[in-house]
Amino acid sequence: MNALHSNAEWKPAPRIAVTGGTSGLGLALVREFRHRGANVAFVARDRARVERVAQDTGAAGIVGNIARKEDIHPLAIQIAGRLGGLDVLVNNASSLGPVPLKLLADTECEDLELALETNLLGPFRLTKALLGSLAAAAREGRSAVVVNISSDAARNPYPTWGAYGASKAALEHMTRIWDEELAAEGVRFVAVDPGDMDTPLHALAVPDADPATLKRPELSAREIAELVESGQRSPRRKPDTSTIAAAEPSSQ
Amino acid sequence: MIAARQPVQRSPRAKLGVVKANGEILHLPRTALVDVLNRGDLVVANDAATLPASLAGGHVPTGAPIEVRLAGRHTLTEAHCFTAIVFGAGDFRTRTEDRPPPPPLTAGDAIVLGSLTARIERVLDHPRCVLIRFEGAAAAIWEGLARSGKPIQYAHLAMPLALWDVWTAIAGPPVSFEPPSAGFALDWRMLARMQAKGIVFATLTHAAGISSTGDAVLDARLPFDEPYRIPLATAVAIRRGRRAGRRIVAVGTTVVRALEHAGRFGDVNAGEGIADQRIGPDTRLHVVDAILSGTHEPGTSHYELLRAFTDDATLERVSEELDARGYLTHEFGDSVLLESRKQVSWARERTAVSPAEESQRSATLEKLIS
Repeated sequence: MNALHSNAEWKPAPRIAVTGGTSGLGLALVREFRHRGANVAFVARDRARVERVAQDTGAAGIVGNIARKEDIHPLAIQIAGRLGGLDVLVNNASSLGPVPLKLLADTECEDLELALETNLLGPFRLTKALLGSLAAAAREGRSAVVVNISSDAARNPYPTWGAYGASKAALEHMTRIWDEELAAEGVRFVAVDPGDMDTPLHALAVPDADPATLKRPELSAREIAELVESGQRSPRRKPDTSTIAAAEPSSQ
Repeated sequence: MIAARQPVQRSPRAKLGVVKANGEILHLPRTALVDVLNRGDLVVANDAATLPASLAGGHVPTGAPIEVRLAGRHTLTEAHCFTAIVFGAGDFRTRTEDRPPPPPLTAGDAIVLGSLTARIERVLDHPRCVLIRFEGAAAAIWEGLARSGKPIQYAHLAMPLALWDVWTAIAGPPVSFEPPSAGFALDWRMLARMQAKGIVFATLTHAAGISSTGDAVLDARLPFDEPYRIPLATAVAIRRGRRAGRRIVAVGTTVVRALEHAGRFGDVNAGEGIADQRIGPDTRLHVVDAILSGTHEPGTSHYELLRAFTDDATLERVSEELDARGYLTHEFGDSVLLESRKQVSWARERTAVSPAEESQRSATLEKLIS
């Protein structure tokens, strides 16, 4: 790990929040972003696991459930408060809906609701609560981006993946609309399909899959970090710098 | 005036009173705000998010139930130490004026507030007003505040407020104790319309303190000192706007307080400061040309601040018209855009900087920062 070197590339260090940060892709993302010198906060439901990952990675661990409306503002307070602002939000926490997977016709409404709460409403609410922080970062010439983790199930009608696929399809489309609407504010939105990875979520969906045929979440995390890093080098909203030197802080 | 009793930030019926520098008053729907702003205006808003600053708990030495309202802080990054107002038993359904006092408070007393423990560091100059220090790590304090605090409530509202009711659309850093409510008028569509019209939008962060304590002696001391931060991009935009003779429009009293504090010696610089001044009829405004504000009643510190913008006769006329037209007051009420009539004569003076003087200033500043 060469955090110092990485810090020199990312200046100032971006402030990144990852949901679902204690397992699978989320955990790999927390590690990858920390490795690259970012200030990272992550959210997950299980306190013991949050504390363990926080200790292991030095990231700010926050306990909460993004599928619960009442948790969103307390999470946003802790994310913005502990990181001192926010440049990057990765909506990674996901729910499969019914486990084991079921045909849509066999899917309980409550299981569809859970998939929508976790994969669509949660990212919408958390993004909305943190949009002030993201837009402020963009106004200050930093690169503000929301990465929504999607899936090829959002585009392909795989039988038994209905609740998950429909919720991810909605998330992808919402991502495109956010991106159009907030272009002028300088906040980017991107949906990423990380591929079929060897993660606990995939094991729940396809218990008999051969892990050797699956992508390592660390590789997907590296690809996503590179995407974020390339965005950091080119903010969507360029700060007007011609007189910036004249307004640097002096002691108040 | 009638209090707005529903926590709706942008009622479709919201009104906007525009008080021109010449004293003329227009009455418009609030959605017309962008129409009455000029191309080139710089609109500055406070992007502070509101903390759940009301904490219910107990006073350990006596076992008495108390409510602690966090009311002030010394820096924006402070997590441990706050000025607080302490109430005895009861909740927001009782007007603060009628709330019983807390048990006698002494330095060193422990108080338990949800998952948090705090100690009274000092009793300030009033038995309800104390400096408290939370125990434990910053992470645990953030979590305790976020999970067990409630937004400060108002007895004039029909329903208890949730955090989403008191966060403005642009809310970012969670540092305010009450909402910078003039910003309730803003939504993302309005910001897009401003941009399309060539109106520049910028933000600062100002930790708005408590607006009323229900105690006349304490209220007379408001506002408390409030820390603020002006981002570099905002300082640049202000500098540019002033050089070009453009208007600086503040969204809310907190923005006026921060900008006038930062600009008290001339240019508004980026960085943090603590606004400790009172703004009233004798204040000469250096930075702000107009304020978008809620409607305020005479005698409050907010109303005093408006007196820096225009004369009392105009403000009285405004109050009469707003009353007659049924404007709603308080946090979720209607808005007024008040153009400064006192600023006009100074506008010329402040843009009269020669190019030579300008480059000299820039060079000096650059030396200071390098």
